[in-house]
Amino acid sequence: MSRPRNGWVLPVSLLLALLLGLVPLPELLQPLRPYWLALVLAYWALEEPDRVGFGAAFLLGVIADLVFGGLLGEQAMRLTIMAFILDRFRARMRFFPLSQQALAIGVLLVNDRVVSAVIHLVLGAPQYPWAYWWAALLGMLLWVPLHLVLDALRLRRRG
Amino acid sequence: MPPYAGPPAARPGDVAGVLRLLAYLILATALMVLDHRGGWLHAVRAQAEVAVQPLWWLAGLPSRLGTGLREDAVTRARLARDNEVLRNAMLILGARNARLQAAAAENARLRGLLASAERGRLDVQLAAILDIDLDPTRQRLVLDAGSGNGVRTGQAVIDAGGLMGQVIATTPTTATVLLITDPDHVVPAVVARSGVRLMVYGAGRTDELHAADVPLSADVRTGDVLLTSGMGGRFPPGFAIGVVQALRPDDSRAFLEGEVKPAAQLDRGRDVLLLRGYKPVVATKNASSPCLQGEIGRGCEARSAEPGATSAAPAKEQPLPNPPLPTQGREPQAEPAR
Repeated sequence: MSRPRNGWVLPVSLLLALLLGLVPLPELLQPLRPYWLALVLAYWALEEPDRVGFGAAFLLGVIADLVFGGLLGEQAMRLTIMAFILDRFRARMRFFPLSQQALAIGVLLVNDRVVSAVIHLVLGAPQYPWAYWWAALLGMLLWVPLHLVLDALRLRRRG
Repeated sequence: MPPYAGPPAARPGDVAGVLRLLAYLILATALMVLDHRGGWLHAVRAQAEVAVQPLWWLAGLPSRLGTGLREDAVTRARLARDNEVLRNAMLILGARNARLQAAAAENARLRGLLASAERGRLDVQLAAILDIDLDPTRQRLVLDAGSGNGVRTGQAVIDAGGLMGQVIATTPTTATVLLITDPDHVVPAVVARSGVRLMVYGAGRTDELHAADVPLSADVRTGDVLLTSGMGGRFPPGFAIGVVQALRPDDSRAFLEGEVKPAAQLDRGRDVLLLRGYKPVVATKNASSPCLQGEIGRGCEARSAEPGATSAAPAKEQPLPNPPLPTQGREPQAEPAR
């Protein structure tokens, strides 16, 4: 794999994803906030597995937990699981057409919600309302544009 | 790393991946449990949250910028309108405030009145002043309570400071009060300090009373407080009449004449108290109004000659016969009050 020239895209996109998770939203839209961090992480885990592995996912999750003020380790676990699954199916997913990739990502996001619900259940923490499950659908719809934008940024001066 | 996945057979890389996953999962679980349980991790977390403050600030930036832009876009007209509305509101509030201040002042006055009623455990009735008639020959008040409200002729009228006068006439809705400063009014008094009995006459001025015919040898000094003595039965004893301001020989040089400052605030306030518990002793045979000056005697006549017109007034307006009070200052032989 050739080294990408636009190395700054990775940290900047991750930082942006963190910020997008923090931006205050109206009460009504709050449950629909897509899990930007998982989407961006999925992109990098698919495209540049050398730079984004389990360790990066775990670290990013801990940082996100700190920033979002959630239970420390929850997002770390969710993102690590996601990175593991992506690592397993990367080879196949990379050659899916974008629409199928989006479907797979949607399934991953639903799985992520399940993991989150299980963690909350085990720890006896309050569950998210059901409306939060719609965020997985929204994330699935966002996958295609996100993929295209990040591709364009990453590969801009390559050709 | 091969870009293409082979068959999903177990490979060393897969096992290593699963092990790494397990390690991270265990780490994450440990973190979660520690965080959930509380303890030292909370301190670490508090520190870390200080470090991520800039991120929060950054995330809040768009909404802050939006708010700022919106506020900047507020037009001059809107500001002017707000200004006008606020100005009007201020005017209204100012007016309201002024009214509240008036109410507070009235409240203080009423409290003073109530306090005077409280001191003597008196049964009193509050009445507002309808009309004031103050001139050298007539010192009267008209109250907005009359016989319909239980006001009777002869009732004593007081305020926070002391005795004001007595009711001399009632209609169903109003009552006329003869003030102690009326030239026709006399009230039997006693010096609080020495017990010397005096007669205090009205002088036609709201700020002055006269104590006439004080014996030269009487124990009266400047600064003495005069109280109602209760003699004659018209006024209950113990109400402040005034303070002796000055003593000087009278015309005859045989007696002293005192200048007394009324204790009641006769020229102030809008409400007075009518004493109810005290039944004035009215001797129907020979007298009913003990304190009218016309019938009292030499001293009064000598004084009432000065204002001129006043000596005729009482007989005309008050067709009341002799008072039961023979009091002449020196030799009061009144029946004991109550």
